[in-house]
Amino acid sequence: MPVTYEPIATQTLTSDQTQVTFSSIAGTFTDLVLVKTGGQSSGNMTMRFNSDSGTNYSGTQVFGTGSGSGSSDRYSNQGTMYINYSNATGNSVTTIMNIMNYANTTTNKTVILRNNDSAFYVGAYVHLWRSTAAITQIDLYGSPNLQNGSTFTLYGVKAA
Amino acid sequence: MSPLPPLGSFAFAGVSGSFESIATVSVGSGGTSTVSFTSIPSTFKHLQIRAICKVNGTASDFPDFFIRFNGNSTYTDYYSHQLGGDGSSAYANNSGGSSTATGGIVGDINGAQFTAKIIDVLDYANTNKYKTTRSFSGWDANGSGQARFGSNVWLKTNAITSIDFVVRSSPTTIQQYSHFALYGIKG
Repeated sequence: MPVTYEPIATQTLTSDQTQVTFSSIAGTFTDLVLVKTGGQSSGNMTMRFNSDSGTNYSGTQVFGTGSGSGSSDRYSNQGTMYINYSNATGNSVTTIMNIMNYANTTTNKTVILRNNDSAFYVGAYVHLWRSTAAITQIDLYGSPNLQNGSTFTLYGVKAA
Repeated sequence: MSPLPPLGSFAFAGVSGSFESIATVSVGSGGTSTVSFTSIPSTFKHLQIRAICKVNGTASDFPDFFIRFNGNSTYTDYYSHQLGGDGSSAYANNSGGSSTATGGIVGDINGAQFTAKIIDVLDYANTNKYKTTRSFSGWDANGSGQARFGSNVWLKTNAITSIDFVVRSSPTTIQQYSHFALYGIKG
């Protein structure tokens, strides 16, 4: 029986890094799932596809911090995708990203993800990369760092 | 390397046969009013639907399309709750006794972008329980968008053997290039 949900690659940091890259991603799956656990510098972790730094990224999120009602905001026309946020260096920030139909060359690319900073918030985000190109590379960036011990695992999900 | 559980499911990835692709529907030219998965085997523990999809229609149409189980469209057999954000504020709502479960499904009327959806149908073949779905969906159109969680109950103990995604009303259609994939998760 073929494996439908398959690990592609894992990176576990042995020192603080400013960037983590998954390259040469095969187009043989339907969706990608990228799971990040571990600490990061205070601020945003961001992401780009295929080294595109043009203002082709946007997103909408809903989140709660445990105080008052939930909140929602968005960004538009940015040169990077805002994936998560940590309000203090060292907080454990977990993110599960679903990169849907990543290899199709007809539609723009949508990412839906859930994330949380264990000491700050829980939230969900939807992102758009306005490009019909198949995704072959994913770059994740800290601000400035993704911390030693963080783990990044990329899975492929394959439909019939 | 130890595989991690897929989002929204309880199976462990990387083990042959534990997360299986059952069927896929890709919408062709001209669109369609209904996407269906039929003759769903009862051999799994849970189901997951992963989709990108878009509907169009007139501005007066409610921008969702809906899930029906086993062809059941009875008004009082479904209930749903949703939590979402529209980029300005968070909101929560419910649809009591709706003729179809909304499942937190969102569509962009006449928009250029597709909605991504992940829907978990839990313990779908159990004939001793009502059926619960959990959904996570969202779309963004660079200045507009929504991110939404949904939970639904189908007030029937029947095993689920078919799932329909149905537009609310004509002339709304599920548009070309929409893609729905049904997976089974073994327990």
